[in-house]
Amino acid sequence: MARIESEIGAPKGGLIKWIDDRFPLTKVIKEHATEYYGPKNFNFWYFFGVLGFFVLVIQLVTGIFLTMSYKPSAAEAFASVEYIMRDVEFGWLIRYMHSTGASAFFIVVYLHMYRAMLYGSYKKPRELVWIIGMLIFYVLMAEAFAGYLLPWGQMSYWGAQVIISLFGAIPVIGDTLVEYIRGDYSISDITLNRFFALHVIALPLVLIALVFVHIVALHKVGSGNPDGNEIKDHKGPDGVPLDGVAFHPYDTSKDLVAIIVFLIFFCAVVFFAPEMGGYFLEYANFDPANIRVTPEHIQPAWYFTPYYAMLRAVPDKLLGAMTMAAGVVLPLFLPWLDRSRVKSIRYRGWLYKLALAIFTISFLVLAWLGTQPATGIFVMMARVFTILYFGFFLLMPYYTVIDKTKPVPERVVWHG
Amino acid sequence: MRHWFRTQPRFDRHPDGKKGLLQIYQFSGKAKNDRPRSAYGSAIMTDDVDRNRRHFLAVATAVTGGAGIALAAIPFVASLKPSARAEAQGAPVEVAVGSLEPGEMIRVIWRGRLVFVLRRSEDMLARLPKVTEYLDDPDSLNADQQPDFAVNEYRSRKPEFLVVEGSCTHLGCAPLEQFEVGPAADWFGGFFCPCHGSKFDLAGRVYKGVPAPTNMRVPPYRFIQNDVIMLGAESGAA
Repeated sequence: MARIESEIGAPKGGLIKWIDDRFPLTKVIKEHATEYYGPKNFNFWYFFGVLGFFVLVIQLVTGIFLTMSYKPSAAEAFASVEYIMRDVEFGWLIRYMHSTGASAFFIVVYLHMYRAMLYGSYKKPRELVWIIGMLIFYVLMAEAFAGYLLPWGQMSYWGAQVIISLFGAIPVIGDTLVEYIRGDYSISDITLNRFFALHVIALPLVLIALVFVHIVALHKVGSGNPDGNEIKDHKGPDGVPLDGVAFHPYDTSKDLVAIIVFLIFFCAVVFFAPEMGGYFLEYANFDPANIRVTPEHIQPAWYFTPYYAMLRAVPDKLLGAMTMAAGVVLPLFLPWLDRSRVKSIRYRGWLYKLALAIFTISFLVLAWLGTQPATGIFVMMARVFTILYFGFFLLMPYYTVIDKTKPVPERVVWHG
Repeated sequence: MRHWFRTQPRFDRHPDGKKGLLQIYQFSGKAKNDRPRSAYGSAIMTDDVDRNRRHFLAVATAVTGGAGIALAAIPFVASLKPSARAEAQGAPVEVAVGSLEPGEMIRVIWRGRLVFVLRRSEDMLARLPKVTEYLDDPDSLNADQQPDFAVNEYRSRKPEFLVVEGSCTHLGCAPLEQFEVGPAADWFGGFFCPCHGSKFDLAGRVYKGVPAPTNMRVPPYRFIQNDVIMLGAESGAA
């Protein structure tokens, strides 16, 4: 196979050498691009890592431009968003890219996580990659939540009211903690101002740092693949994995196609359905925050609804909050809950496939239930599917052990 | 800590370290007495590391630094508390209730919070005893949820006027008024939270089996005239 790195490794002088004597530029490019080997059997599911990075860039760039016109005060915030939509040249486009980007971020991240569950990407030696990834997910949730308050609409206000009140369920310190979060006795201008600080400075910095560490950890252990074996186990005489291809230019070329396909969908939403039927931008948020009236039907943004449904499934404030928190935290422990010998779903038995199918259905149904009123049959359904969701994780140490697995091939397999 | 320290590699000067100010350091894991000596012999202060002293210095530095960081964090954490301005906005508010019809409710903002003032009719008051069996805390035993003056059947100073914070004790949504009786057998009128279905009666008392854990909170207030409420102060001059 022609390897582009042989060209990069050619004798060099001039500027590159001058830089290399002072900064490991060529070394870094080799280690992380031209001589970082990914498996050659990547499939569709492996696009979402790079797409997540791409959406992060969209959010950072559009976010910076929104900050230039937005006013983080209770008196001005709602009007400044309208100003961006109507009076700022292309302000509508930048804002719709940012609001659509938020939902796209979660779609991409959820699919990226689901990939890990399909192919056991979290299993040894990639436990830390998974844990750092989960931390990214948590920071992303906080980032999305803080950002949601900023337009200061009805749903911004009451959504924040509900979520911040959740911390009040913590015994003893709860009420004080809530006051420290709000900085006031109710959600006010002060709360808005500090959420702005978190949304545009603190959390993005943490997010970027975590993404960096996520990639460093991945490049240390190497990418997994849909067969769940390790391409590093079979190296050619040149030390290059036989089933590996260089990240650049091979994976980067393929990823470019993924980005273009992604952009087709992304632009379709931005230009034709930025509200996405009330899921990406909720209609109640077109009214400014009104402390006197809670909207008849309040729900969080769609990406939080599975956990919201778990909260509502329990008719007790503290237990409900704990159930919700447990639902969010449990996936963190997947590397140790999953005791199967094999990584990939291709070589797992029917038991795991059934469990994963139940999990998938539960998560989707909970997501839908979170958008429905909390009455009668919906609450009962939320209880059933919450139990199934927890069952998937908590019973995993048992069913993954007794599950009949198939032998894993030594080398990656071509499933033409 | 001690163990960690002992396992650290030992760095000593290279035997050729005599060459000048820029000494070359070399890793040396050998026992003390086997280590090569420089031409200067004992003149080089290399071999005898006082590990106890080093350990003490390391711990002392860590403790002092940790205490410094903890102290430096205090102003930052304290700055998150409600500010002086936010506290000042807790000033009492006067509410004229004379024009309220029986069965009518107004919404007042005090301290940035929503407060309901409901003038209960005779019929509404008559329903209060009927609902007690469905309630979690009918006698207002939870002392955090009302001032002492409101620990009574009506949870108010005057039976006809209910003053409660319009905030569901579950997650803080504003409950809706549903003052009519029924259709459910246990519903004698009250407040219904649209967010998570918590129910309260016409005295803001919470139903059993709903997510809200406590009765709606009664704020401090008093009557400064027969039909004017001072919200936010239990006593003092008007």
